[in-house]
Amino acid sequence: MEYEVNYVIVALFISIGILLPAIALSIGRWLRPHRPLDEKLTTYESGNEPVGIGQIRYNIRYYLFALMFVIFDVEAVFLYPWAVAYRKLGLFALVEMLIFVSLLLIGLLYAWKKKVLQWN
Amino acid sequence: MTNWFEGSLTWGIFAMFAIWVIVLLLIVLGFVTYAIYYERKVIGWMQGRYGPNRVGPFGLLQTVADILKLLMKEDTIPAKADRVLFKLAPVIAFVPSFAVLAVIPYTETLVFANLNVGLLYFAALSSISTIGILLGGWASNNKYALLGGMRSGAQMISYEIPLIISVAGVILMSGSLNLGDIVKAQGNGFWQWNFIPQIIGFSVFIVASIAELNRTPFDLPEAESELVAGYHVEYSGFRFAFFMLAEYVYVYAIASLTTVLFLGGWKPLFPFLDFIPGIIWFIIKFLFVVFCLFWLRATLPRMRIDQLMGLGWKVLLPLSLANLFITAVVMEWFR
Repeated sequence: MEYEVNYVIVALFISIGILLPAIALSIGRWLRPHRPLDEKLTTYESGNEPVGIGQIRYNIRYYLFALMFVIFDVEAVFLYPWAVAYRKLGLFALVEMLIFVSLLLIGLLYAWKKKVLQWN
Repeated sequence: MTNWFEGSLTWGIFAMFAIWVIVLLLIVLGFVTYAIYYERKVIGWMQGRYGPNRVGPFGLLQTVADILKLLMKEDTIPAKADRVLFKLAPVIAFVPSFAVLAVIPYTETLVFANLNVGLLYFAALSSISTIGILLGGWASNNKYALLGGMRSGAQMISYEIPLIISVAGVILMSGSLNLGDIVKAQGNGFWQWNFIPQIIGFSVFIVASIAELNRTPFDLPEAESELVAGYHVEYSGFRFAFFMLAEYVYVYAIASLTTVLFLGGWKPLFPFLDFIPGIIWFIIKFLFVVFCLFWLRATLPRMRIDQLMGLGWKVLLPLSLANLFITAVVMEWFR
């Protein structure tokens, strides 16, 4: 059988994964009660009246982590094909990848020194 | 799975595939039901309690009763929540957790989708769940949920990096991203499995995968005592159940992946034991990994958020990169 059939199975997995919540939640609609009250629909804040809006401004640190994640995730995308083909590439590829990774490591060290990784 | 059939794809074969996928879904749901029961029992024993023992013989029907209860709970959506995203978030969290199971090889022949980019597919899809959790936290329009979602997002993306880089050592050794080929590159007998030459990578992988699963000692996203429940505080009934389901399906996925990458998949512990079918070996190793996850939960206390982020970026990431280059240099040396 052709190789593409594997992707048909992947598509099957994804569609059945979507169908399960869809079906379970639709069946549940007949079983569960539905009596909304104003009190029930307020935002939960440990029993107090909610103060202000929920979508508050939050710590900038999360954003910095997300930036670093993007950098290293792209690095990993480059690492994978390199690792697969490494046996055929040899020493030259090793040195090249060392240079590439050390450039990123310098970035990590810079972030470390700038106390991006500290949490206080 | 594809190598069981010859010829081209017909509707009959397509229906056959669909039935097998549904069978796997039922197996996974059964696993989740009894993994929850078993986890509560094991932790109960470790803490000198009985654990669930009322519903059914030995409490065996406890989780079934819980699921039925969740199905019949009222589904409240807070008035201030973003309704579309609120409904979408549990589905986005669940779908990738099931879709990654397509590439797991259980034995040499029993594999659903034999992709040549299997490992990349696993890593790529499993990170989509983070979006579901972030969306759930954001759409709830609740401060606890937002904080929990943000913490969870930060934690999951921080630990994803060491997770995928620690695996690169295994790819180097086997020269393939196909999970079946990775198992075939390991031999019969535990001394030929990847966890010995890749011991640094293996340790990093285990720690990072527990953090990815949001399990103790890294369960900050749902730290009950600090955030009430984290990102799913506003969720009730079956929508909540889908977040929990996704979490336990990931336990299944990560335990299978650990078995495949580091513990030799369907290969026997000793060469003379190879009369035992591969699927049995796979199940034994898989259950061992699952037990270790539960064991850790009963043993270790929760970490603080700054320690958590520090561990991920300052320890695990340099370690995983070091492991990768040590492997590469050693391979070059003995070429």
